[in-house]
Amino acid sequence: MNLLVTLAARDLRQAWQSAGLWLPVAFLLLVASLYPFAVGPDAALLGRTGGGMLWIAALLASLLPVDRLVAPDRDAGVLDQLAARGIGEEMVVLARLVAHWLGFGPALMLATLPAAALLKLDGATIRALELGLLIGTPALAALGLLVATLTAGLRSSGALSGLLALPLAVPLLIFGAGTLADGSGAALKFLGAASLLLVAITPIAGGAAIRAGRE
Amino acid sequence: MSRVALRLSGVACVRGGRLLFRGVDLALEPGGCALLKGPNGVGKSSLIRICAGLLRASAGTVDRHGRVALADERLALDMEQPLRHALEFWARLDGAGQRTLDGAMEAMALETLAEVPVRMLSTGQRKRAALARVLASGAPIWLLDEPANGLDDAAQLLLGDCVAEHLARGGIVLAASHQPIALVTPVVLHMADHVAEDAE
Repeated sequence: MNLLVTLAARDLRQAWQSAGLWLPVAFLLLVASLYPFAVGPDAALLGRTGGGMLWIAALLASLLPVDRLVAPDRDAGVLDQLAARGIGEEMVVLARLVAHWLGFGPALMLATLPAAALLKLDGATIRALELGLLIGTPALAALGLLVATLTAGLRSSGALSGLLALPLAVPLLIFGAGTLADGSGAALKFLGAASLLLVAITPIAGGAAIRAGRE
Repeated sequence: MSRVALRLSGVACVRGGRLLFRGVDLALEPGGCALLKGPNGVGKSSLIRICAGLLRASAGTVDRHGRVALADERLALDMEQPLRHALEFWARLDGAGQRTLDGAMEAMALETLAEVPVRMLSTGQRKRAALARVLASGAPIWLLDEPANGLDDAAQLLLGDCVAEHLARGGIVLAASHQPIALVTPVVLHMADHVAEDAE
């Protein structure tokens, strides 16, 4: 546990210093402020489509820091130094997942409030959006990290990350945006299931990817 | 805990479909040191990575008892952090106290640089920082890849002293170096002897 905290604290500090924390927030706000210019200032239309649009923005925002999550530490030898100390790659990825979500999830949820105001979303939609993001952002963080571990050793990994992540992100988008219109709570449960699955496999798959990248 | 030791028997390494070396045998007991020699690309760094457990040996066995500390060409210190803080992260992972870290920095003559961000350090200073991390780790097995690269004469003497002290305390040192480093009666392993003749 102590080890997890030490590693996560360092990852969070690194993200803070590389300005990686502000980028997704700025991106979300930028998209939310551009959207009304594109579809027109019709409040009813904005209110109806704005929630789903914010889910797309959140998903794309989560891909922005992907190239900084693993590759720099791999190139600097940090991952090798951790491995030489007998610290499992799974633990390293888990700590990184915790740090990545802490730096990205709450900030995105906070940024959703002014974004929702720009799109004239009503109170019920904002509540559904925030609850969905609370459940969905760990999955978005996990997905970004998983893709980062897979592409860490490659050149021009940016474009590849998008291609790898987007198909896996489709269920999150369907269930996440589905929670906005769904009264039964089924979409929320599916979102929770998809989120749990991604969070659970990321340390294992990511750890294996880092190990394989050494060969 | 069992006795500190590093034993290789019949170790071979294949990288990128090419057999780098084979049949490398080495047995190091407490106080033992070995020096890897050979031209560039012969597989010195790969052998060190195999010993660190970062690469799998394609054949043969690696038997390691005791923690390892690795110093390779990559610094693995956070560039924006002051040197002391950057080293502290690793010292915490190694379970080393403040005093141990201070001692290690002093041994590498880094105490005046403690507050300088890592990115401002020169090549030799960075190398000394990596060696200070090895010192502070308290690990019995040191794996040093080109430890004397970029070090000035004074720093090379410091390195020699530290290695001698480590060996005297029952540690193990495996180093790859082109420069002569002050090792007392090392086992010299000429990697060129282990290059496969019939390599494809």
